[in-house]
Parts: sequence; C-alpha cells; structure tokens
Amino acid sequence: MNPAPHLLRLNINGQCHTRAVAPAITLLDFLREEIGLTGSKRGCDLGECGCCAVLVDGAPMLSCLLPAADLEASAITTIEGIGCGSDLHPLQEAMIEHGAIQCGYCTPAMVLNGVALFAREPHPDEHAMQTTIAATTCRCTGYNAIRNAYRAVAAREESR
Amino acid sequence: MSKATTHESAVGHVSGRAIYADEQHPPAGLLSLYPVQAPHAHARILAIDTAAARALPGVHAVLTAADIPGTNDLGPIVHDEPVMPADHVSYFGQAVAWVVADSEAQAMAAARQVKVEYEALPALLDVHAAIAAESFHLPPARVERGDVSAGLAAATHRLSGELLIGGQDHFYLETQACWASIDSEGLVQLVSSTQHPSETQHMVAHVLGIASHRVVCRCLRMGGGFGGKETQANPFAAVAALAAWKTGRPARVKLHRALDMQLTGKRHPFFARFTVGFDDDGLLQAARIDLVADGGWSVDLSPPVLMRAMVHVDNAYFIPHVEVQGRIAKTHLASNTAFRGFGGPQGMVVGEEILDRVARFLGLPVDQVRERNFYREGCTPDRNQTHYGQPVVDNHLPELWAQLRTSSAYDLRRAELDAFNREHPQRKRGLAITPVKFGISFNKTEYNQAGALVLIYSDGSVQLNHGGTEMGQGLHTKMLAVAARTLGISQSRIQIMVTSTDKVPNTSATAASSGSDLNGQAVKAACETLLARMAPIAAASLRVHPLPNPSPIEGEGLKTPGSDRSSPLSPGGREVGREGADEAADIVFADDRVFHRDRPEHSLAFHDVVRSTYNARVSLAATGYYRTPGLSWDPKLGRGHPFYYFAFGAAVCEVEVCGLTGVHSLRRVDLLHDVGDSIAELIDRGQIEGGFVQGMGWLTSEELRWNAQGRLLTDAPSTYKIPTVGDVPEDFRVDLFRRSKPPSTNVIFHSKGVGEPPLMLAIAVREAIRDAVAAFGDARVVELASPSTPEAIYHAIVKVRGA
Repeated sequence: MNPAPHLLRLNINGQCHTRAVAPAITLLDFLREEIGLTGSKRGCDLGECGCCAVLVDGAPMLSCLLPAADLEASAITTIEGIGCGSDLHPLQEAMIEHGAIQCGYCTPAMVLNGVALFAREPHPDEHAMQTTIAATTCRCTGYNAIRNAYRAVAAREESR
Repeated sequence: MSKATTHESAVGHVSGRAIYADEQHPPAGLLSLYPVQAPHAHARILAIDTAAARALPGVHAVLTAADIPGTNDLGPIVHDEPVMPADHVSYFGQAVAWVVADSEAQAMAAARQVKVEYEALPALLDVHAAIAAESFHLPPARVERGDVSAGLAAATHRLSGELLIGGQDHFYLETQACWASIDSEGLVQLVSSTQHPSETQHMVAHVLGIASHRVVCRCLRMGGGFGGKETQANPFAAVAALAAWKTGRPARVKLHRALDMQLTGKRHPFFARFTVGFDDDGLLQAARIDLVADGGWSVDLSPPVLMRAMVHVDNAYFIPHVEVQGRIAKTHLASNTAFRGFGGPQGMVVGEEILDRVARFLGLPVDQVRERNFYREGCTPDRNQTHYGQPVVDNHLPELWAQLRTSSAYDLRRAELDAFNREHPQRKRGLAITPVKFGISFNKTEYNQAGALVLIYSDGSVQLNHGGTEMGQGLHTKMLAVAARTLGISQSRIQIMVTSTDKVPNTSATAASSGSDLNGQAVKAACETLLARMAPIAAASLRVHPLPNPSPIEGEGLKTPGSDRSSPLSPGGREVGREGADEAADIVFADDRVFHRDRPEHSLAFHDVVRSTYNARVSLAATGYYRTPGLSWDPKLGRGHPFYYFAFGAAVCEVEVCGLTGVHSLRRVDLLHDVGDSIAELIDRGQIEGGFVQGMGWLTSEELRWNAQGRLLTDAPSTYKIPTVGDVPEDFRVDLFRRSKPPSTNVIFHSKGVGEPPLMLAIAVREAIRDAVAAFGDARVVELASPSTPEAIYHAIVKVRGA
C-alpha cells in the first residue's frame, strides 16, 4: 500500500541532501525526520500557526504544506542556515535583547520571516512588520517584545 | 541583580538549535504511536479486535487496557482515570487503544483497522446538563464566613445574577510529546514534555507495576505548558513507556494538533450564580456564591482548581459575610485541568461581574465602587481578612491602584471617552480599571517544597540541578541568577542541567507561580551549604597566605608557593580553629573572587578556593531543600493560611466597540504589576505581557464548541482563535510596581511569583468591553457572555439597546 520511495535531492542551507522518501512527503517532514533539521517546528500541520516557516528562494513559505518533491530546483533556507555561530543576524540579536523569546517554539519562524522582510526592505514601516509578525502564532510573549525587536532592526542606521 | 538578563536558551532558540522532546537524535529502531479514538462521548466497549491492524506491515503492537502490567490508572487525586478504558468510553475521541509501528503513518493507517464495537449511551455534554442530572465529582466544597442570610437580609440592596464562563485550550505550540526507552539496565528512560517529571515518573512506574527507582524522567524544555502539561503529559508518557516495555524498542508519542486538542483537558468552564447585598455606596455586605466547574470525565486536578476559584472569587474585595459553594460537574468531555491561574481567573471574573452589577445598579462609577470595597490594612473594624481566614499580608494594592489611576490618566480619559460616545451612535468606547490580588503557593500545603543539587567541579565550574521545569517562563534563567548571586560567581561558570528525577527526587509540579520561589530557595540553600564549607578553607588560605596585589590572573591559579598543600585543616576540613570559624563568617564570595570582608584587596580566585577545598577533602556537592514556612490549610473547613503572600496588579484598558458588528478593538493598555524586587526584569515583563494577552484571548476570542455528539469542533487554529499580533494594541504600557514598604515575607531575593497573576489583568479588557456596551443604552444590567466574541458583544448591545 505504500508507494515506492522516490529519490529526492534538495538544496538546504547550501548543502545538497539526497534521500529515498515517500513521494508525498512534506518539506517539514523531510527536514525534521529525514535530515534531522528540527529548527522548523510542527505546530499545527495545517498551515495556520506558521511555526514551520522556511525560506524558499528567499521567500517565506510554510513547510508543512509544501510537497518536498516540488522543490528540487529551489534553494531552501531553514533557521539553521541563518546567522553563523556567534555571528547572529541583527534580528536574532534584537530578539534576544528585547526578551522576545519565551518557549522558543515560534522563534525560528519569527526570525526567518523577519530576515526575509529586512532583506527585501531594510526599513519597513509598521504595517509591513505587523503583517510579517502576524504570519506566526506566539502563545507566550504577547507579541510586544517581538514587535519591539523588529522595530529596533528597522530603526538601525545600517542594514545588513 | 542583572536587569537585562536574557533567556538562558535564547541563542539556541533564535538559531533553531534548542532541542525539545521530539527533536532528539532518534535512536535505532524508534517506534511511533497513534491512538484509536472512540466515536462516542459515552459508550460501553463491547469488543476490540486488533487482529487486522496487527497484521499490517510495520505494526509491532496494538496496546489496549489488557496490556497494562501494573495499574490502569493515572488519576492524581482520585483513582478514576484509566490510561486506556477497559469497558467504558467517557468522552468523544478518547483513546481506547494505541498502535505501535515503525512509522507514525503506519500506526495511523493501522489505527483505522482496529475494530471496536460500542454500545452508545446518553452523554452529558455541558455543565447545565450535568447540573440537571445531578452528575458531580465528589461532594460540594464550602468556604464561608459570618452569617450570609442575616447579612443579605440586613443589606439595603440585593441583587442576583448568573454567569457562564467558557474554557480555554492551552495551545502550547509544542504539543504533548514523550520518548521512552528501556536502557541497558532495564530502567525506563523517559524524555517527556512535562511540567511534573516526578509525577510522570511515578505514574509510569505505577502503570508498569514497577518501583519508581526503575524509571527516570527528564524534561529538556517545553514549547509552552501553561498548566496543560502538569498532569496531562502523563497519559502520553504512560503509553510511550508501555510501548517500549512491550516491544523492547524505543517509542515516541508526539501528538498532532487536532489530537492534542481532542484528547487533553482545558481550562474549566464555570457556571456561577450569586446573590449579593450592599449599601447605597456600593459597599458589599454579604455574598452567596455558587460555583460549578465543568470537570469533564475524570477528577484530575479539579478539586484544587475549584478551591482556588472559591478563594479568589473575592478578588481584592472585603465582604463581611460570605458563603461560597463549589461543585465539580461530571460531564462526558475531556478532563479539564490546570491552566495558568488554576481556577483563580474564573473566580475573579465572577467577583468583577458582581462589582460591575452593583455599581450599575446604583448608577455609580464602577472604578469607585471597586476601590471602595478593597481590602485595606489598618481599618477598624478589620477590612483586611479574607473569607478563608488569612489576612492580606503586605497589602500594597491601594497604593498600586492609585499610581496606575494617575499614570494612565484614567479620569481625563474617562471624560474624553464620554464626549466621544455622545458623538458616535454606532461606535462606543469603554474604559475599565480592574485589580488583581492573587495568592501565591500551592493550596495543598505538601506541594510547597523543593530541592536542588549543586555540583562544583575541581576546575571551579558548576552544574546546577533543581526540580523545576523550563517551559519558556525563564525559570532556568532565574535559577542561574540565584546560583550566581549566591556563589558570587559569573553565570558563565554555571551549567544549568536538564530537569531529571535522578538528580532531584519527589519534586512538585512547576506550577502555581511558585517555580522560582520554591526552587530558588532550594538552589540558594545548596549554594550556601557549599559556601559554608569553602569559607573556612578560604579564611585559612587568606590568613596563611595574604596575597600581594594584584591578585592572580583568572585561570592561572594561585601562584603563592605551596598553596596546593597549604590547608591548615585536618582531613575533612572539620576542625577549623576558633579563629578560623570567626573569620569564615566574614569571608565574602563576589565577582569570582573570595576575600575577607575587611580586606577586599587580598582576594583569592573562586576556582582556587574550589581546588583548595577539594585538596582538603571537603565535599563540593550539596543538595538544597526548601519548604515554604507558615502555611496551613484545612480543605474540609475551607480555612487557613494557604498562601505565603499575594501578588498584586492592576490594569487599565480602553476599547472601541462597533454597534453594527460587535467587533471590538483594544486601543490602549496600561499595566502596573507587582513582582517585588525582580530577579530578571526582562523575563518578568515578558510574563506580564504574555499573561495579559493570553488572558485576553480567553476572555474575548478563544471559544470552544462541541457538536451534539460531544465532538470538539474547534480543534485547530483555523477554528480556535488565539490572539495574534493584530489583537495587541500599539499603545501597550507595562510598568513594574515599586513598593514603598519592605515585604514581611522572605521570598527568594524579595521577588514575587509572576507566572499566573498577570493573566487576570486581562479582566480589564472584558470590563472595558462591558463599559462600551453599556454606552449603547441606559441599562442597569449589562450581561456579557464570556468569551466576549463579536457575536456575544453584538447580542449584549442588542439587549442593552432594548432595555
């Protein structure tokens, strides 16, 4: 009853990963179960909570809704591909500094969506930031600290 | 103390490297579980046929009640909660069996092939049905003072009302999860997303029929808990452990969101009826209050949840004659459980409902009637004693309230708002200020204890273990701060360890806003034990080898000749001379240095004192233990001193309501909250903001609905609306209250618990909505359902306009 595995080759964080997987596997399951990249979270499986966000060719997408097989030609960036060791992205730094993190389950998505926003528009207006944050559900912080972290990045003199 | 302390795992979180239970490196042969769910709310199980499922590829076992080697019960208070039912379904979607397979997809497919025969039975699907059928768990509870009948008879005015308060799903972003395995010694190793590892350990041992010492439960961290993983992590740990026990392979449960919402209990819905007597000024004379909590199918933690509601129904208000009766409805729904505030919020919503109704009945400003009824110190006759017999210790609320009224410009805004409302027939603004008084400690006295284990290694690095769990609230961050401050070392020397039952046993749940209070004191006690052992050794070293300035460079160790063998102590370090003991009391540990109080210029490096202590053959490991002093509680009488202290706060909220749609927007929020002397301000602010928004969700948008068969319809974020950033006002002002008098209690570094109290600040949103609704007419009663969804607000407006 299980369809034959399908050899899938994905470019994730600049590295090529090849796995034999079920043809219908979602990108989220591919990342978490096959590659062991667990920074993308499984919050609802319905594309509602936003915690599974990744960047596909730089654009935020919900990995729980994406068939992995459609992405062989794309460059996928997960939270593990943002910042490098102690060299964090300014939004990662601002999230830490503003106390925008509690349980941390929404944090990767909040960071990735913001990274995409600031790459597109270094000084986004309030509405753009609000819309970006609204893509992800946070149950802990009440969003105020997250919003303040975004504002701090938007107000920087130099964009990255 | 560091005010800018950030979350201890913050870097791991922003980089996606902080690991949760279901994100460990998978061991070889890891199996997955999936439940077989009953399609009835109440039914008899006639037969379960697992043969077809077991024959499917990848399936290793189908677990049913018959597979449980120990006791089929997880009830924390009453033994009424089977892991899997043997003969009776008690709520829609209940797991009657669990399939264990190589993959979750295989387990899910096989679960559909398990054939269960049921005989459907009539079900009680809400609190009203249970009341009508007189279906209750346990006998009623009572808390009373004075003579309510006489008080009501003597009062100038009386009014009665009722209110139904909806429940709330926890919606922790990380759903329930547990990995279980049997190690090489035959011990059950659990990694569970649990707020109560000791209970999870104990329950799993109980279910497997083995002693607790053969089970180890660890909690790495949780992606949110909010009370939903206090007892309700246990069923999933139990089935994962059972699967590992049966198959010998590691096994994992990680619920999908819909399953999590269907299987687990929520904040208790409450139905309240009240009669209250008062005078012309709105001063309360007597209140008779009947609370019914919807407990769901099993007792779980309902008795203490109900009791906390009963002792918070007064909120901040003194009522001379009080009679509160509480009952737990037994319904055929998931078993409701702990949720941030633990019944306190429901009790306080009833209290504020009463205050609003009294004020509107008399045509008085609600804020004034609230203030007039406050508990106050120094009044004759006494107005500072609660109806359960405990004085409101360190009652800062009147002072806090006055500060917030001023800082929020309440009176000015009230006048502006009245002017706005006169000019806008279809849009009305509402303003409310509400107080919070929340008792801190577990009502059950036994739970108010904690342990810690601090290990100092000979290089001067430290491992910190304590009994609390990290669910995002920043407990580990605070414990690091406590240990660093007590030992006088930088936090970078200290490694916080994963919470584990083999490090600190018999712990209490991380709950009741007490995680920091209890574990903090235990950590401090352990650190002080270590300091007491090291101080005489440092004193001796300083006496024998007063160091020249500057002191040695960090990491290079003592350069003073012979320092490694200089201890004047006899073996074990016990026989410090009189002189040494006196000096030991004057030894200071600060900034990674150790010195005599009077000679700070002559100091030793911390790690050198550690090395000397080791060389002197003195133990560098210590446990710490704490029990909250002065607590007592008689649950039968409903009297005692259950709380060590109270947390206070107040909120001012302003809303605008649309008369055509019932949609409201929150325009401005001012919060002033009492955290004592904050251990970590950034973390406390996060608790205040997050708690407020979560409370706002409960009271305005999070609505649970079931169909006529008892199936939860709102089992996904698409149908169950928790707040998003758009619901949070741009103008969101949060301040920490600075008390003018020192506290009379000795809480860890004079801080206060902050996990739950801010949730109840959100009652100001509900009351502001009511205020706006009232502006649509001249009604003397404004009935507003909870949650106040647009639909509920619209109905309230229609009623007010028709009055």
